[in-house]
This record gives sequence, C-alpha cells and structure tokens, in this order.
Amino acid sequence: MGEVLFFVAGIGAVAGAIGVVAVRNPFYSVLALVSHLLCLAALFLLLRAEFVAAAQVVVYAGAVMVLYVFVVAYVGGRDEPLGPRAGSGLRAVSAIFGAALFLELCVATLGSGLQLIDSDGTPAPDSFGSPEEIGSLLLTKFLLPFEVASFLLLIAAVGAVVLARRRGGLTAVEEQARYSAMDILRPAYTGTMAEGVGGRHTLPEATVTNTPQEAEDAS
Amino acid sequence: MAIGWFLAVSALIFTIGAAGVLTRRSPLVILLCLELMLNAANLALIAFARMHANHDGQIFAVIVMVVAACEVTVGLGVIVAMHRRRLPIDVDEMQELQG
Repeated sequence: MGEVLFFVAGIGAVAGAIGVVAVRNPFYSVLALVSHLLCLAALFLLLRAEFVAAAQVVVYAGAVMVLYVFVVAYVGGRDEPLGPRAGSGLRAVSAIFGAALFLELCVATLGSGLQLIDSDGTPAPDSFGSPEEIGSLLLTKFLLPFEVASFLLLIAAVGAVVLARRRGGLTAVEEQARYSAMDILRPAYTGTMAEGVGGRHTLPEATVTNTPQEAEDAS
Repeated sequence: MAIGWFLAVSALIFTIGAAGVLTRRSPLVILLCLELMLNAANLALIAFARMHANHDGQIFAVIVMVVAACEVTVGLGVIVAMHRRRLPIDVDEMQELQG
C-alpha cells in the first residue's frame, strides 16, 4: 500500500515539476505547480509529517498559488518561447548542468553511507508529526525562529505593498469618480487609501491611460 | 518505503527546478521554479526527520515554507512594479539595474 501510494505521488510530483518548466503559458505552469504541491503533500503524509502536509495544502496550494494566479492574470500571462534567446548552445549547457547536478545530488545523498537510508526509518511513536507535537516544539524549543519568522512575514507584507503600490496616484477621471460628500467634510490627507499612496498627485495622461499593448503599438 | 527513494525524488525535483531557472525567461516562471527547488529541499528535510524520528527537520521545513512565502510576496511585488513601469517581463531584456 505504501509503495503504491509512493509511486503514484512521486510520479505525480515529478510530472508536475516537469509541467512547470515545460509549459509555455505561465497560467498552466501555476496549475502544474498546484498539482505538484498536492502530490508532495501526499509524500509528506507517507513520511509521517501530518502537520507539514496540512500546512502545505492550505498555505502553499491554497494561498500562495492564488497570489500567483492573480499576478499572472494582472501581468497578462502571454505565451513565451521556451529556452534562452541566445541560441541552442546555452540550452545544451543548462541541460548538461542539470544532469550533472542530479548525479551530484544522488551521489551526495544515496552514496553518503548513512545506515538508515535503506530502512523505513527509526520506529516513531504514533504522535510523531502531529500538530500537537509541532505546536509544543514551536512554542518551547524553537520559540525564537517562530518569532523571527512572524517578523519576517510582517516585513515581507510591508515590502510588497511598498514595491507594488501605484506611484503616480490616480488619473483625473478616477479621482472624480471617487469623489464623495465626505471629501468636503473631512480635512485633506485623512481619509482614503488612495491619498495614503500619494493619490493627490496626477501623472500626465499618456503615461497612465495606455495599456502595455497600446504602448507597444505606439512604439 | 525506504528513505533513499524519497531522497531520489527530492534530487530529481531540485534538478528540474534548477534547469527551469536556467532556461526560462519569464520572471514569473523563474519564481515558480524557485518554489520547486525549495519544495525539493523540504522533502529531503522531512525524509531525514523521518529517518531519525526527530521533529527538528519538520520545524525546519515549516520555517522554509514561511521564507518561501515571503520570497514569493516580494518577488511578485517586483514583477507588478515592472509591469506598472512598462518594463518588459523578460529577464534577458532586464540587463541593467536602472530604476
């Protein structure tokens, strides 16, 4: 039973990984990665890592991939030619590099002479990998990494907002569309999120209203 | 299943991810391939945690997932900023780090 599950999930994970690299459309790459992550979660379950498998499905395949799908839809996932533009020489070099890396990793892990590597692992208690065990470890032995990770998430969230905000503010048309009675009553710069990112300044029309396709057509 | 099989799958996924980073041109797909490499490392960590029946590797994997989420957030923010500034979404054309 375990062997069948391993081969199904392992082949699914490798096929998903190949799909991420080999598909032209970025949208399908994201979908391939989702299937890859689900198969990997099954592998984690075979290794008795229940909490990590659940976190993988909920956080990775659920939340992070939705973020990817949004950005692909926003940027416009157009089909792109595979491989480097410089020619087939670089592609051959990267294939050779990949094969060498795989050989090296296999030698490093399988040839390491670890005694337990051909076994099913040390016998573990039934509660191994359960959320209870992981939670108590995170709040006792690994409290500092836990807190540092939460701080890192905060920094990343703030950094993403700063990076991706609209620098020039709204156009005049958008500014009028969001005008309401509250704007007369309240003092300036105390209300909307648009003001918070500099919405009172307007860019010249040409740079704001053009979509990327129009800009490319013009140039 | 023997632990070695899991390590072989992990090595294969890591290799595919590294080859993808080298060959693909869209930064979106390069970020996806980075995810592949991080997940391969996670699989190896959890396999070794099972091998020794020790939880430390699983905690390490959870922290790696947190770092991967941060990397995705910032990377996608950079891609959205590139799109806003009408820069080409192509790493071969982004050769100079000018603002």
